[in-house]
Amino acid sequence: MADDLFKALADPTRRTILDELTERSGQTLFEICSRLSMKHQLGISRQAVSQHLAVLEAAGLVEVRREGRYKFHDLNTAPLRQISERWPLPDPPGPEESTP
Amino acid sequence: MRIRLTSVFVDDQAKALHFYTEILGFVKKHDVPVGETDRWLTVVSPEDPGGTELLLEPVGHPAARTYRDTLVLDGIPLAQFAVDDVNAEYERLQGLGVRFIQEPLEMGPVTTAVFDDTCGNLIQIATQPE
Repeated sequence: MADDLFKALADPTRRTILDELTERSGQTLFEICSRLSMKHQLGISRQAVSQHLAVLEAAGLVEVRREGRYKFHDLNTAPLRQISERWPLPDPPGPEESTP
Repeated sequence: MRIRLTSVFVDDQAKALHFYTEILGFVKKHDVPVGETDRWLTVVSPEDPGGTELLLEPVGHPAARTYRDTLVLDGIPLAQFAVDDVNAEYERLQGLGVRFIQEPLEMGPVTTAVFDDTCGNLIQIATQPE
């Protein structure tokens, strides 16, 4: 599971897909392709985008939802928790006055 | 050579005529019976009544259904119409109960949105600078 997660995050195009799904979750394949080509000037085929989505889905970062005749891709950031559980984040610095 | 006619396959011509005229706002141009049940049914934009006609063509062939359903699954529109303001059209059509599967999205100079025409197709509306 962890290997799937790190593999999914290792690719810049897949990170861009996650950025776009962060902006709006629940996109069709067409919308994701449009965003990659029009906003990011990524010349990438629909088949290649599908393969990237399959890798993200295997890592649990993207969930595919069938709704009637349509298929939407939702973002799920829950698997990212594994990272901070394995390598905990430093405590956020508190306000000055409350520091003992 | 000019493009005078383009077409979309529709499940039901009467339902399509309603949607494309009453909801989208096109006007009927030709309506001629063809065979037992089909019609040669076209609409045009009221802003350009002599312009390109859209044929609302019966989806008779099984291959046409497979083609449409496969495209719909991936959210791919079959036709694109130009509008002055995608956001305003989105608000107007949503108010009329139209189902959007892509809300207005600004991508550089172009803004698009995608809705379901209730007759089996996804349609994209777009605003782009002249």
